Amino acid sequence: MPVLGADMDEGTVLEWLVKPGDEVHKGDVIAVIDTAKSAIDVEAFATGTIDRLVVGVGETVPVGTVLAIIAEPEEEQAKPTTAAAAKERAHREPGKAERPAPPAPAPHPVSPVIRHRAHELGIDLAAVHGTGPAGAIIRADVEHAAAERRPAAAPSPTAAGPQAPRSPRKPGPRAGRPRVTPLARRLAAELGVDLAGVTGTGPAAAVREADVRRAHATEKPAPPAATQAAQSAAERTQSMRQAIARLMARSKREIPHYYVSNTADMSLAISWLHDRNLELAVSQRLVPAALLLKAAALAARQVPQLNGYWVDDAFRPSAAVHLGLAISLRGGGLLTPAIHDAADLDLTELMARMRDLVTRARSGRLRGSELTDATITVTNLGDQGVESVYGVIYPPQVALVGFGRIIERPVAVGGLIGTRPVVTTTLAADHRATDGYTGSRYLTVISDLLQRPEEL
Amino acid sequence: MTPAEAEIAIHEALGQVAPGADTDSLPADADLRDSLELDSLDFLRFVEILSERTGERMDEDDYPQLATMASAVKFIAARG
Repeated sequence: MPVLGADMDEGTVLEWLVKPGDEVHKGDVIAVIDTAKSAIDVEAFATGTIDRLVVGVGETVPVGTVLAIIAEPEEEQAKPTTAAAAKERAHREPGKAERPAPPAPAPHPVSPVIRHRAHELGIDLAAVHGTGPAGAIIRADVEHAAAERRPAAAPSPTAAGPQAPRSPRKPGPRAGRPRVTPLARRLAAELGVDLAGVTGTGPAAAVREADVRRAHATEKPAPPAATQAAQSAAERTQSMRQAIARLMARSKREIPHYYVSNTADMSLAISWLHDRNLELAVSQRLVPAALLLKAAALAARQVPQLNGYWVDDAFRPSAAVHLGLAISLRGGGLLTPAIHDAADLDLTELMARMRDLVTRARSGRLRGSELTDATITVTNLGDQGVESVYGVIYPPQVALVGFGRIIERPVAVGGLIGTRPVVTTTLAADHRATDGYTGSRYLTVISDLLQRPEEL
Repeated sequence: MTPAEAEIAIHEALGQVAPGADTDSLPADADLRDSLELDSLDFLRFVEILSERTGERMDEDDYPQLATMASAVKFIAARG
């Protein structure tokens, strides 16, 4: 069960679109999952053949549960990889997590490739949990062990350093601050689990991901055995409200927001747009929002300090600009799917993607990757709305851009007063990641870009 | 198009853009965008559907005339 947004902790399988024996490619939609917010198309993490479906239609399971096993093609032995691929993903991409499978019951032969990798990373294979078939150690387990060991060793005063032998320590009264793996810390924050109450089972009693999951599961009442698959509209509205409440409360609790605002002259952009639209059929026309989104995406590339995630006390910039778009739903609530690689799209394509996303967000058919990949989010309250909007950042992102309504305003130009269309641009940014100077530069870049609409 | 036909076309277009909205009870002079909470994309879609149905080209400069039911009926009836 993938994490389809930072506010999700469980999901219900509504439909399987594949069956055992089917070949799937990475990115293919294989299932429809119902979350608090909406039904979402879930994509395969890996290419291969569906070995079996683990979770049945109608079942609700916590995030991290293995949904299906995909056998990789062209391997000496077929290996289940859904969990593995998802786990690798979880380490690469913030906001995603995967639960390890039950511990290995017995030692298992390890392939030479993995043995080599373990040697490279200095990992003792005897201490690695296998998550492959019958507890076999697969590559992801080694990477996982390496990822866990590195940061976990540093913060504890009792740690002897990264080269220390990995003999398990007994937790004692003088153990001080509990060791917690970064993944576990992030997960605990997401699930709202108090780490002080979690018993660690990792090396040196470190709290691992699985421990957090266990603590979370035991403090929550068990879900009813048979969960109704599709939610009613009223339930949906309520559960979406709760999901938004959790995420926004977390944002304001954790993220020290700072705000900057600017006014961008839209006269050149509007007149360029007007002339361009005159030549085009209605279906090809652009709305000003397309220019604003493109400017926001290009500016994110020019000011990369605002494009990425704050994870484990550090900013991780993203090379790609995936522009999240806050879309309000007719029944209330909102979704923030991403336009992938928005800075690389021309305006026509961007416009088409924006229309497509809005339509699908409102009909409830978004893809999982669209809901998890945003690196920076834009809220645009549109041409009927207010003049300015100061948003709340979507964790773990570090910035939220706001565009108000485009309005005619008196402006002094060359000593004369005239009226011009202007838009108020705002930025809410994470003060842990950047300072006001960076935020102000970002809005200045947007304003400059909008003065050269033909280059957008 | 007669005014009656134009009105039907407008109701149908609005029905597609804002499903479930009660367009019958809209006052003739109410601003469609405000009343039905249409954003710029919705309004573009509305113009697109109307344009397809009536076979008339509608430019951005015509948008103000599509603002209310009364003005839109007048505009479309005058065109065809």
